Amino acid sequence: MDSIVAAASVIGAGLSIGLAAIGPGIGQGTAAGQAVEGISRQPEVETKIRGVLLLSLAFMEALTIYGLVVALALLFANPFAN
Amino acid sequence: MSPEIFSLNTFTLLANVEVGKHLYWNLAGFLVHGQVLVVVWFVFLILFVFSLLGTANIKQIPHGWQNFMESCVDLVTDITKSQLGESFYKKWTPFIGTLFFFIFGSNWAGAVIPWKLIELPEGEFAAPTNDINTTVALALLTSLAYFYAGLSKKGVGYFKRYVRPLPLLLPINILEDFTKPLSLSFRLFGNVLADELTISVLTSLVPLLIPLPIMLLGIFAGSVQALIFSTLAGAYIAEALE
Repeated sequence: MDSIVAAASVIGAGLSIGLAAIGPGIGQGTAAGQAVEGISRQPEVETKIRGVLLLSLAFMEALTIYGLVVALALLFANPFAN
Repeated sequence: MSPEIFSLNTFTLLANVEVGKHLYWNLAGFLVHGQVLVVVWFVFLILFVFSLLGTANIKQIPHGWQNFMESCVDLVTDITKSQLGESFYKKWTPFIGTLFFFIFGSNWAGAVIPWKLIELPEGEFAAPTNDINTTVALALLTSLAYFYAGLSKKGVGYFKRYVRPLPLLLPINILEDFTKPLSLSFRLFGNVLADELTISVLTSLVPLLIPLPIMLLGIFAGSVQALIFSTLAGAYIAEALE
């Protein structure tokens, strides 16, 4: 692999994960905070809130995972390798 | 795709992570990933044995395996019912339930069973869902299912939904049909692969005890991903039916 391409791929992989983690991080924090607020207001629906929270956290996490998939493609199946 | 593309790669030497390396089998002219096929059939076998044990000796008052399998079926019925509603859930429970059990079984087969003890000439046994071909197949099946659901309920009138709020949104609505399987498959693939990568990187750094919590997280994430995939499949089918 060309060294410039390798360096650019590694930097790109790092950036793609790092940038993709920002938005979902903020989103997950907001969601968890709101869930805690909801539970403290109505402790009797805790199980329901927890289920919805986990589901929505996994949806947000998927956005970071897209960044991860791009990073993995850059590192392990780089289309510009040769 | 030819195997040579993936072969020479310096990154795979780091941390002994084997991504994009497969045990290639040539079955009737098709190049298949052998390690995925073996584990997939293993999961089929496990599911088959479980359902056989659950239905072998059916009694009025469930006991043992029958009890366990009945609660599993109740779980997927609840998932389907929550998405599709009372009137449609019966017809779609088998599909959604199969998706759930297969993905759940695959994720757990990858996370629970120590496949790494078995040496392969190339590639390694892992969860079948960490191969993008498996997840794309599942996602495309979901696409076919919701098209079938919509077309069988409304006929050609199903395509009216592409211009539903505004004719201006036609391109976005068409694009949605492509992004749905894309996001479904990438989500599952990425999550499963991310878990295995984290575990193998951590294991190469600290082999003892430290990777254990991540493994537990992987088991948990595997079941949540199965739940999400089946929930989303149900939601897409419900959207096509409404």
